Amino acid sequence: MRLTPTQMAWRAAQDIEDGAYVNLGIGLPEKVAQFQPPGRQAIFHTENGVLGFGEAPPAGQEDWDLINAGKKAVTIKPGTAFFHHADSFAMVRGGHLDVAILGAYEVAETGDLANWSTGPRGVPAVGGAMDLVHGAKRVAVMMDHVTKDGKPKLLHRCTLPLTGVGCVTRIYSSHAVIDIVQGSFVLREKLAGLTLEALQAMTGATLHTDGPVADLIAPEL
Amino acid sequence: MDKTLPDLASAVAGIEDGMSVMIGGFGGSGSPIELIHALIDRFLATGHPKNLTVVNNNAGNGHVGLAALIEAGMVAKLICSFPRSADPVVFTERYQAGEIALELVPQGTLAERIRAGGAGIPAFYTPTSYGTDLAAGKPVEEFDGRPYVQERWLKADYALVKAHRGDRLGNLTYRMAARNFGPLMCMAAKTAIVQVSAVVEPGAIDPEAVVTPGIFVQGVVEVANPVQEEDLNRANARYPEAAA
Repeated sequence: MRLTPTQMAWRAAQDIEDGAYVNLGIGLPEKVAQFQPPGRQAIFHTENGVLGFGEAPPAGQEDWDLINAGKKAVTIKPGTAFFHHADSFAMVRGGHLDVAILGAYEVAETGDLANWSTGPRGVPAVGGAMDLVHGAKRVAVMMDHVTKDGKPKLLHRCTLPLTGVGCVTRIYSSHAVIDIVQGSFVLREKLAGLTLEALQAMTGATLHTDGPVADLIAPEL
Repeated sequence: MDKTLPDLASAVAGIEDGMSVMIGGFGGSGSPIELIHALIDRFLATGHPKNLTVVNNNAGNGHVGLAALIEAGMVAKLICSFPRSADPVVFTERYQAGEIALELVPQGTLAERIRAGGAGIPAFYTPTSYGTDLAAGKPVEEFDGRPYVQERWLKADYALVKAHRGDRLGNLTYRMAARNFGPLMCMAAKTAIVQVSAVVEPGAIDPEAVVTPGIFVQGVVEVANPVQEEDLNRANARYPEAAA
């Protein structure tokens, strides 16, 4: 019993307002763009310098001057804007984005995020991860609730190298929607068949409630 | 005044051993492949330049462009944000063998350090990297109750940049997302060399459309139909071809 990654993307998309400026992290968060509710149009930002880009072109029609931060080909559409990298990160750090949705290895109840390094081995690479966690009005993460071997990824404190301190505001996990409020996990939604006790047992810090907890529901996708 | 250069070889002729070279591009988009390959040609013919410090967002992909520059053994240090790619084998092997130094910089900090270098701002404060390993040893100061990390400007001896059109005075336009680091690197380098698809007469670019004003550009060379790194990699290309 869990949401699939695609269902997590669908759930995250439901919270994006019409007209919001949104950055979607490389990989799974990119799927969020597919599930905008009817009647709402968000404007997507990509770090390499495009605002309001369109969908991927058909294979064979790529223009490699027109890519996203994941280095995949995108398209322009009416209203697209290009800009250089310093302007792009001014949009990020300057508080101009409404929402950033990122992946996560670990999140702490303090809002600390670890999503760039799994430790000292290999070649370190950070890209825009440390910039994106600052400036957006809401910084949400999409993540499995536990590791492949069942250990909590929502923790009292992160164990992996940090991407940012106190930056995450909402978690869309495979099992729950959780806000971070003044250094605590506050449960908003959980899978209907999952007891609070069972969810708590999968979570590395105390889950608080400050009102009714809704069922976490997503369509079959 | 005429900043056009006759060919690629003369465009890269001034780069000497030990210099710092900013290379434009984000992945393949905006990568000045022909200028990089001209620099490799010079090294293969003369043994120079070597021990370069290169600034780029990435560390090359496959065996062309920046990856080929590293593979040729010309790069002593790389300053970048994301030294991974679809095929990062060249950089990865050199790095793990201790043959190339890496300074890892968050992407937005890298862009702003370059901008600051070009704008005469020696240091600035950013929220990025506060509380992380990448802020180690850097001064931290609070502004309006929030902590910020001090970062220093980044300048270079040369910039190699790809733009779309350039006039004889060095005014430039770019093509779509290939703009990325180009305007910043032109500002931050003592000598900015730009390859353009078309050199045009002054006046042919609408002044309202100029992205990089010519004051930031020292040389323009025409490469009429530039290759794309992605296309080269899909064809499993190597540079130089003889190394295959």
